Amino acid sequence: MENNTVNFENVFNDKIGKNEYIEPKDWMPEKYRKTLIRQISQHAHSEVIGMQPEGNWITRAPSLRRKAILLAKIQDEGGHGLYLYSACETLGISREELIRQLHTGAAKYSSIFNYPALNWADIGAIGWLVDGAAIVNQVSLQRTSYGPYSRAMVRICKEESFHQRQGYELLLELCRGSKEQKAMAQDAMNRWWWPSLMMFGPHDADSAHSADSIKWKIKRETNDELRQKFIDKTVAQAEFLGLTIPDPDLKWNEARGHYDFGKIDWEEFNNVIKGNGPCNKQRLEHHVKVHNENAWVREAANAYAAKKAKAAKGALVA
Amino acid sequence: MSNNSNAALLEFVLRLGDNNLILGHRLSEWCSNGPFLEEDIALSNIALDYLGQTRILYTYAGTLEGGKTEDFYAYERFEHEFTNALITELPNGDYAHSIARQLYYSVFADLLLTELMKSKDATLSGYAAKAIKETAYHLRHATDWTLRLGDGTEESHQRMQKAIDDLFMYTGDMFATTEKEKSLVAAGIAPDVPALKAAWTKKVESVLKEATLTMPDAATWQMQGSRTNRHTEHIGYIIAEMQYVTRAYPGNKW
Ligand SMILES: [Fe+2]
Ligand SMILES: [Fe+2]
Repeated sequence: MENNTVNFENVFNDKIGKNEYIEPKDWMPEKYRKTLIRQISQHAHSEVIGMQPEGNWITRAPSLRRKAILLAKIQDEGGHGLYLYSACETLGISREELIRQLHTGAAKYSSIFNYPALNWADIGAIGWLVDGAAIVNQVSLQRTSYGPYSRAMVRICKEESFHQRQGYELLLELCRGSKEQKAMAQDAMNRWWWPSLMMFGPHDADSAHSADSIKWKIKRETNDELRQKFIDKTVAQAEFLGLTIPDPDLKWNEARGHYDFGKIDWEEFNNVIKGNGPCNKQRLEHHVKVHNENAWVREAANAYAAKKAKAAKGALVA
Repeated sequence: MSNNSNAALLEFVLRLGDNNLILGHRLSEWCSNGPFLEEDIALSNIALDYLGQTRILYTYAGTLEGGKTEDFYAYERFEHEFTNALITELPNGDYAHSIARQLYYSVFADLLLTELMKSKDATLSGYAAKAIKETAYHLRHATDWTLRLGDGTEESHQRMQKAIDDLFMYTGDMFATTEKEKSLVAAGIAPDVPALKAAWTKKVESVLKEATLTMPDAATWQMQGSRTNRHTEHIGYIIAEMQYVTRAYPGNKW
């Protein structure tokens, strides 16, 4: 503290060390800011792109009750996107720029949403497995070091656990139902299991961003730790449904106190990340198309707001 | 209640329910297609309100028919059995078309529900008291967007005027009634729907004026059909999509 200057970096590190939140006005290393923008925007985009596979079933939902649950869920996901865009904007980047980055491919979204929702049971599997995997990640992120991100996670987690329960309940109905319904559920399980495990990202040793993120407490647990947690809590749930997890190597390991599981197909994962998943093009092109086709609506809203602001100012002067 | 008045009540309740179901279905198609995220959410929210109203009404219809479920009415009737107003089944079009439809319909629903709150049928008046709160928000949403689009840019003004003009010929059908319904009006159960037309015109006119838009000519020819089983072609696709799973796997619970 000589010369009355504050060493901002020390203050920052001190806060991280003491598990105090970093707030938007605090000094932060440029790389911390960049890492956060990358992670939060990826998270926001995932919420929004994730509306597509589920939205694809709203008009075909087989009961009014399920339709209402699905609509409300997708609406929640849109809301999550909004909180997260806002959290990201506190880091000095605009929503417009974030969307531009999504459209150019500079920003990513979760690879899981590049898989198609093909049958009605997929809506259950997405809620149970995809929201389930997201919860494991997000519960951990409630303790992330950036204040606005942490607070967004707290709000979001409450809703995600509803989604998971509702997804599970949908599958339970199918598994207690006819042969065809059960087959539908197993088919969904077969297609969503491995991509759900991939949601946690590469193994720690191969993860490009993990070390810094852990050091700065942006991430509190590693990809592998979170993945293991998810598997450990999901196996019994699958058994209760009477569904088979499509992994012959899945086995309880008494010594580790965890389930062992088979090798994840990282070649598939890397290809989906690179844009070769079944729906990458479809999802992104859809977002771009809708955004561009509706530009005139946003322009009109801005023009109208500007007119009203001008009129209000004029009235004040007069 | 006599069989006749029961049939009349059922017909009226299904008319209200079908309007909500089909318009909600159309609005739900905006999910992931909205002009920006906030509007995507707002439209899903309105769709969800309509769906909630549908369920109240279909549940009531089920009790009138002695034990049919809400899902029966959505999933086990054929397209010609739906009695929704034609305007609710039209494709969404661009955002201006969907907003124009929301304006026309919300003004109508607001007037209808205001009267229905006075119904001698406790279930209907209770439904109306709940629904009118939602409809007040739908009307505000539609009005705000009519103003923004009408008085926004040159392009939005033109699109909005075109939408208002295109859809006007379907508005008269919202007010169509039947002989059975007239008997309910006499009994103080249903509002006199055709009589709402004057107030509707006045309200729509005032919103359009503020939005710098022109009210279509009152003499415009009006398409009719929703009370005589004459739908547009669009209903078939809505029903096909909605009922696909339940028809493919009949007799299952979902
Ligand atoms: Fe979410
Ligand atoms: Fe969710």
